Amino acid sequence: MSTEAGRIDARADDRRAILPTGDAIVRYTARQRTNHWLVAIAFVLAALSGLAMFHPGLFWLSDLFGGGPWTRLLHPFLGLAMFIAFAFLAVLLHADNRMTPGDWRWLRQWRDVVSNHEERLPEVGRYNAGQKLVFLVIVLALPVLLVTGLIIWRQYFASYFPIPLIRLAVLVHAACAFALITTIIVHVYAGIWIKGSVRAMTRGTVTAGWAWKHHRAWFREVTHAARSRPEPD
Amino acid sequence: MALQSLDIVRRSATTLPSPQVRAGATGQVAKLIDTTKCIGCKACQVACMEWNDLRDQIGNNRGSYDNPPDLSEQSWTVMRFAEYDNPNGNLEWLIRKDGCMHCEDPGCLKACPAPGAIVQYANGIVDFQEENCIGCGYCVAGCPFNIPRISRRDHKAYKCTLCSDRVAVGLEPACIKSCPTGALVFGTKEDMQLHAADRIEDLKSRGFEHAGLYDPAGVGGTHVMYVLHHLDQPELYSGLPQNPQISRTVRLWKGISKPIALAMLGFAALTGFFHYIRVGANETTDGDEAAAQSARKQPPSPPRPGPRA
Repeated sequence: MSTEAGRIDARADDRRAILPTGDAIVRYTARQRTNHWLVAIAFVLAALSGLAMFHPGLFWLSDLFGGGPWTRLLHPFLGLAMFIAFAFLAVLLHADNRMTPGDWRWLRQWRDVVSNHEERLPEVGRYNAGQKLVFLVIVLALPVLLVTGLIIWRQYFASYFPIPLIRLAVLVHAACAFALITTIIVHVYAGIWIKGSVRAMTRGTVTAGWAWKHHRAWFREVTHAARSRPEPD
Repeated sequence: MALQSLDIVRRSATTLPSPQVRAGATGQVAKLIDTTKCIGCKACQVACMEWNDLRDQIGNNRGSYDNPPDLSEQSWTVMRFAEYDNPNGNLEWLIRKDGCMHCEDPGCLKACPAPGAIVQYANGIVDFQEENCIGCGYCVAGCPFNIPRISRRDHKAYKCTLCSDRVAVGLEPACIKSCPTGALVFGTKEDMQLHAADRIEDLKSRGFEHAGLYDPAGVGGTHVMYVLHHLDQPELYSGLPQNPQISRTVRLWKGISKPIALAMLGFAALTGFFHYIRVGANETTDGDEAAAQSARKQPPSPPRPGPRA
């Protein structure tokens, strides 16, 4: 990263920092974007290799990893990588992902959400209730996937556990993976649906109009902070 | 490798029928292990090693005759010695040749995710095809008898093949050939049941009123059967399960959950697609940008009552 802006990005302690780049508002710093995409890459690879071992109709996915044994070998390491990468991301993002009373109202009005009637919804902060639920599912699923995954990891750990526990672990592992993959399908679709979101996670910025439309409370917060930024203490 | 002379009726992780025009008209086979005739000489273990070219590590004496102490990728059959103080105050030495039971409904095959790594032939033999094995160990979870072992050297699963290679060419399994007391016999399953019935009659006439044939129905019957003095207490024989069956957890995991989960993932993706087709993208308009601009210029008004207020 050689540009001045990049260095500011990387060091920005204030996650709501606004850079003077015209109307653009910084939504994700370079560090956050890197972290997100590390999680995403690990997730895609872990999900594809896991699905190959889940359903015979998807076993062909194992060819992507160099065959069945390679799939079996790589899958747990990919899962581990996802867990570790997400642990860092969770630290960065958890504060903005707490449910508020407005979030429950937002969820009750899901019909307005899916019909693009955001003007009828309560003002949304940095994340809306749907995004917070995505975060919550991942936060809940990954530790369970980790523990059950270790129990069924034949090469290193499975021999230390009784067979009935392994059976239970493998079922819970599949159930959590299903919940996670479904959630990520929703997450990916939301990125396709809400134009401008992909830009936020690839280039780091959103337009002021995007922030105003989708995350108005956050918009007020950051524009107010930008106008009357206090001296760092 | 599947033998051409043996037809496959079931193949792991395979959704379409396997080649099976030959219906196994010569009948299904079974090995009968008569525990009441077994003297624990371990000739069968040696024969298994020889025929299958297996050499387990030399172990240590652990205070019992069990040697090696457990099944392994190098030991596909082991004698298990149990000492039972019967209610009459006598000691009974219950010796059981342990190994794959070749279930009619094999839990290992049900659990296996690798196409063709586990097959069941028309004659009933359940066989591991190691070149298709990916080493995940799901067969270990699937088996109701704790039989499959994963090699730490090549990460493949191994177990008794019932000498499928010998049986395919009309020979009996190596262990059968070696047994000096006739405790091991091999033939069609029907013949073995008849043979067992004679033995059980004899045992009952000699006071073993609970003698019987262990051919557990919970796994659809097995192609390795035991004549037991105490069919009512199979656990006496080093933990032979009373009513083995594929665990409910495994059936749930490998049964209904697979198609349902896949269908729901597809449904989720399709829902998104058609939402995009019907409702369409949510785009930020010039009006939004203008509104944002004017909101920026205004002095900070008292925050509107919102979720974050």
